[in-house]
Amino acid sequence: MISFKKSKLLTMAAALLIGAVMTAGCGGGDKAASTSGADKDNAVLTGQISASGSTALLPLLKPAQEEFQKKHEKVTVNIAGGGSFTGMNQVAEGAVQIGNSDVDLPADYKDKGLVDHKVVVEPFVFITNKDVKVDNLSSQQVIDIMTGKITNWKEVGGADQEITLIHRAKSSGSRATIAEVVLKGAEFTDKAVIQDSNGALRTAIATTPGAIGYVDAPYADDTVKVLNYNGVKYSVQAIIDGKYPIYGYGHMYTKGEATGAVKAFIDYVMSDEFQNAQVEKLGFIAINKLKK
Amino acid sequence: MNAKLTNSVATAVMWLVGFMILGILIFFLGYILYRGLPVLSFDFMFGKPSDIQAGGGVGPQLFNSFYLLFLSLAISIPLAIGAGIYLAEYARETRLTKIVRLSTESLATVPSIVLGLFGMIIFVNFLGFGFSIISGALTLVLLNLPVLVRVTEESIRTVPKAYGEASLALGATKLQTIWKVILPSALPGIITGITLTAGRALGETAILIFTAGTTVSRYQADTNFFAAGETLAVHMWYLMSTGLVPDRVTIADGIGALLIITILCFNILFMIPLKILQKRMGVVKHL
Amino acid sequence: MYSKDQNHKRRLSYDRYVKYLFIASACLMALIIFSIIFFVGKQGLMTFSQVSPFEFFFTSKWNPMGHQFGALSFIVGSLLVTILAVLIGAPLGLLGALFMAKIAPNWLREIMRPATELYVAIPSIVYGYIGLTLLVPFLREVFHVKSGFGVLAAAIVLAVMILPTIISISEDAICSVPSMMEEASLALGATRWQTMFHVLVPAALPGILTAIILAMARAIGETMAVQMLIGNTPMVAATLFSPTSTLTSNIVVEMGNTPFGSVWGNSLFLMALVLLVISLGMILLIRRLGSRRYA
Repeated sequence: MISFKKSKLLTMAAALLIGAVMTAGCGGGDKAASTSGADKDNAVLTGQISASGSTALLPLLKPAQEEFQKKHEKVTVNIAGGGSFTGMNQVAEGAVQIGNSDVDLPADYKDKGLVDHKVVVEPFVFITNKDVKVDNLSSQQVIDIMTGKITNWKEVGGADQEITLIHRAKSSGSRATIAEVVLKGAEFTDKAVIQDSNGALRTAIATTPGAIGYVDAPYADDTVKVLNYNGVKYSVQAIIDGKYPIYGYGHMYTKGEATGAVKAFIDYVMSDEFQNAQVEKLGFIAINKLKK
Repeated sequence: MNAKLTNSVATAVMWLVGFMILGILIFFLGYILYRGLPVLSFDFMFGKPSDIQAGGGVGPQLFNSFYLLFLSLAISIPLAIGAGIYLAEYARETRLTKIVRLSTESLATVPSIVLGLFGMIIFVNFLGFGFSIISGALTLVLLNLPVLVRVTEESIRTVPKAYGEASLALGATKLQTIWKVILPSALPGIITGITLTAGRALGETAILIFTAGTTVSRYQADTNFFAAGETLAVHMWYLMSTGLVPDRVTIADGIGALLIITILCFNILFMIPLKILQKRMGVVKHL
Repeated sequence: MYSKDQNHKRRLSYDRYVKYLFIASACLMALIIFSIIFFVGKQGLMTFSQVSPFEFFFTSKWNPMGHQFGALSFIVGSLLVTILAVLIGAPLGLLGALFMAKIAPNWLREIMRPATELYVAIPSIVYGYIGLTLLVPFLREVFHVKSGFGVLAAAIVLAVMILPTIISISEDAICSVPSMMEEASLALGATRWQTMFHVLVPAALPGILTAIILAMARAIGETMAVQMLIGNTPMVAATLFSPTSTLTSNIVVEMGNTPFGSVWGNSLFLMALVLLVISLGMILLIRRLGSRRYA
């Protein structure tokens, strides 16, 4: 991961920004990412950055947009959801300048010249309905539940109650992370209820007795119960110390190295200012806390 | 069972169904308004949104909802009325009308998610409009058209043939007849259709997530076609599915109530001029 | 006299131009749907270069990462949910329309007309959310089932969602039946119900069928509410309460996170195509049924 000095970063960003606005004003524009004519015109008018992709990253990027636009009067940032692959597709085609994604670049996209910017650590927790008496699951128990081998809470020390697995779709980045980190290759059972988003999943678990699932840690509020994993209670510190292993990265992809306003925006998202203030407040983990 | 008894039973059942329909609605509306009304305030309805701290408003989203709706209706109403008139007034049953009618019905069955993807690939990517108000509005047109065409055709057909014939006999041209006689008489039906589509368009999410985007312009009431076009319903979807702002539930509740009230106003705004118009034209909707 | 004639000629030429405009708008409808079918079809049919049609249509093992693309459970799910929703919603809506058109006193009718339109005002995510937080737990309690997610929950919510379409269009159709027919029937001594059942409904049938077609269209195409309630499990529904999937719910859940142009992505477009074909089939079927009574 690249690290920046803050003052240098700001001057650079400002210089690039002025440069971008000026070249754009002359009708030129060095925006490698925007290939179609209409996009360029947008850049001329408003200094527009468009990003699309992961909905899970929206709650992080919308505050970034809000603050960034306050700092840079001439730049407008548009962020759309649509899903990680929508973002990666569109940035590869040049329809947007930034593609947001919860997953690493898949093989199909390796030759498209996309540059990865890891901007945040996304921790995951297992949550259950509040009526579940179990507080802790070992990694093997989790695997057995997710693969459908264990179907009753009494098998893991709880009450005699059926387990309802509620989790994410096959295409979800969260599911991919759990499959990789927790299941280690075992396959999820199909006997599960699938919800489309962290929010809907939390609501479904909160209203279904005996339900279990996983969400990004920031979504685990007081309507559900958070389980310990292998005896470790989830906390930011536990992740930093390497005791709690379930997390993934949030990525922002650009086509080629980011330049101009796009670079300034990504740099802002990765800046200490934003990471320390916003990222932690939301419940994610600042990227600079976790160097690998 | 004798006919009288059947009649009484059937009448009772229909009363029951009538009240059930009202009952379900009152339950839904009551639930939404009960939760949302306390949230509504001037600051909420017209304030700037915030994703950082509680207390943000939905001003730009409210504006976008109307602006998108307005644009999409401005495009689809003339088209739909044109197509509806053609189907009802000009065309005999030819191969063309059959194809058009079949197209209209099948377009109505295209799931909104497919329209959304189609819109994304055509307007956002191919034409380069980006995630913007214009992409969203154009895709909404695809959603509105079939219902509007169908309803226009139906309502024109219900205008008694004698009206048109009388007008033509008086020496009016076909166009004059359509414009002055047939359309005004068909107006109640058409307006019902417009309110139906308007309601659906205002609440639409699946289409707009992929075309209008999930952010709003930095300016209040930005009429730029290429500004980001998050609407109320999309904002609500965002808050319920992935939002993390502390007062997300409150805002979502508020949006629910705001949407309902908007549609209520819509119906009233549309219906009152309609009644006046009908009175002035001396056309009475036949009951 | 001369100028008036000229004027009339001009008007007539307007007539012609405007007629072309009308035709153009009508043709636009065909153009739109054909481009959608072409686009969806082209993308979807590419699936068959890697997946056999038999596997896609007749097996239900959906595991794209393991290269298994059986879409049977989605197709069955969509049909089941739509049919069930119409079975619940259509009789209710039709009775409601008859009630509004012929039985309700004027003041009640004045309330009910705008009221039914308000149903449309409720965004589908709100339907989904109310379904998720109230209906699903309710079904679970009443029927003592494990989760409550499934076909029935989705169909009930859909039935409510399609009510306004059915009511408002059938009511219009019923109202436009010439009152002479009704009066004649009543004069012959038929009861109110007999008149409705044997005179009004058959006479208004084309309109009522339109209402049902549009309602089915809405039901089969509805995504947001359904995907919150159906459970989205790729398994053929064993009971009304076992989680399953529909074509739309699977498209909306997976599309955004699937590489465009991959077999997986294409197979989702194929599902959209299947959806189009099913709806077209339904339309043709209902038209055939309806046209017998047109005369």
